[in-house]
Amino acid sequence: MAGPAVEVRDASKSYGALRALDGVSLAVEEGEFFALLGPNGAGKTTLISALGGLVRPDAGTLRVMGRDVAAEYQDARRLLGIVPQEVVFDPFFTVRETLELQAGYFGLRGDRPWIDELLERLALASKADANMRSLSGGMKRRVMVAQALVHRPPVIVLDEPTAGVDVELRQTLWQFVRELNAAGHTIVLTTHYLEEAQNLCSRIAMMKAGRIVALDSTKRLLDAFSERVLRVKLESGDLPPALAAGSAVDAAGWHRIPVDSAAEVESALARLREAGIRVSHLEVAEPELEEVFVKIMARQETPARVAAPAARARPAAREEAA
Amino acid sequence: MTRGFRTLLRKEVMRFWKVSFQTVAAPVLSALLFLVIFSHALSRHVEAYPGVGYAQFLVPGLAMMAMLQNAFANSSSSLIQSKITGNVVFILLAPLTPGDLFAAYLLAAVARAVLVGACVVLAVAWLVPLPMPNLFWLVAFGFTGAGILGALGIIAGIWAEKFDQLAAFQNFLVMPLTFLAGVFYSIESLPPFWQAASHLNPFFYAIDGFRYAFFGRADVSPWASLAIASGTFCALSWLTLHLLRSGYKLRH
Repeated sequence: MAGPAVEVRDASKSYGALRALDGVSLAVEEGEFFALLGPNGAGKTTLISALGGLVRPDAGTLRVMGRDVAAEYQDARRLLGIVPQEVVFDPFFTVRETLELQAGYFGLRGDRPWIDELLERLALASKADANMRSLSGGMKRRVMVAQALVHRPPVIVLDEPTAGVDVELRQTLWQFVRELNAAGHTIVLTTHYLEEAQNLCSRIAMMKAGRIVALDSTKRLLDAFSERVLRVKLESGDLPPALAAGSAVDAAGWHRIPVDSAAEVESALARLREAGIRVSHLEVAEPELEEVFVKIMARQETPARVAAPAARARPAAREEAA
Repeated sequence: MTRGFRTLLRKEVMRFWKVSFQTVAAPVLSALLFLVIFSHALSRHVEAYPGVGYAQFLVPGLAMMAMLQNAFANSSSSLIQSKITGNVVFILLAPLTPGDLFAAYLLAAVARAVLVGACVVLAVAWLVPLPMPNLFWLVAFGFTGAGILGALGIIAGIWAEKFDQLAAFQNFLVMPLTFLAGVFYSIESLPPFWQAASHLNPFFYAIDGFRYAFFGRADVSPWASLAIASGTFCALSWLTLHLLRSGYKLRH
């Protein structure tokens, strides 16, 4: 067996003083639906670009289905489909021409049934013979998805594929990507919509300042960093001591009471009743990836060396002033 | 000949063909204007070679100049447009080798140059009587000349990050070297210093040799011209392939 679908070992890449990748290692197994999350500038796109050969790492090795992206770049690229983050297109061609050319670059004769299926599934069939220039931003992005899939790669990387795509088409896209995953394709996804990652992905890596700061199954991350809480607002008085321990209250007067199960919600409410405290508002909040994300990003101190570019920026600011 | 290479070549040819009014018709028109203006203004004063009228003398040089400029324009503008609009990413993500990229961009540039050159010669053939050219020299200099500029265009397209950098390359290097390559005069008519300077210009040999194909005489032996032009082509091809392999300004 060739090993993991994506394997990154100690990948580093610097641009001047900025360490875009700082010793990144991770493995994505075949058939996984994997999320790569992190704030802007964390290094997600650099990592994806390194997988596709657009960026050459200073150190480390990257493999796609066991093929080294540098030494065996032709094999590695045939096994990989990347949807780049920026919407780009060639204004000289129609949608169909764009897809046929892309298939040809991968050494494939225009696979018309597959191209037709891609156009159909990505709701582009009516635009097949339209020039790329005439398409809306969301349509151009879907053409890019089709371009990444035209050579039927087993590993598909989507770099923020839903930015600027409306809700309905986002659903269509995810439905299609889910089916591809079910059919055995490995999916790696970056997104700023954390609920998308939570719903779709079985495992998550979080990056910050060029490093992996969390890497675990979605479930374990949620269990470790987020909890189900009962949120209540009281008409008067305070929580009984039994509930007050472990709870917190925010500025708006919401009390957060951690609850592991539905039974604990019952017993917490029973205690409030017993104490004669009337509740004016009540809700149960499920664990959220957003909370995990915020906690993990706040947890780690920013490494000192990434502060360097900010210091370097000062002379430039003076230049602007002059 | 991989399918990837053939597809990229097809795309590059489609790219200029879809705007052929601008990429073929326009340069043919400017070559014709040069011919009309210069032959009218200078025909009574200049006889480049005995027995060869000035308008006749002008045609091969103008055709070759148009070929050189369009070969350069094709590969350089295609690359810089792809870089600036960002769609070069689709080529870089594909399993194309540096050799595939080089050959496809180069041959598309040569194809446009040959088309422009052929149109110039055919368009003037009914204005200016021309002898039947020697096909060996015609093809040899047509391809090496267009090849030199096609390769130079790839280098410029890779190097330039903005359109004005490319324009500088074109206006301060390609234009002067083509205009001063003996298109409008025989360099034998120049003062010794400028004769010597012209011999340092590789484009001169492409034009001089191309003219030899028509008239059977030139300022320099066609074999010497072919050796120098081919040497220049090989050197530039090596440099282009080296840049493509290193990922210079393409893979960061």
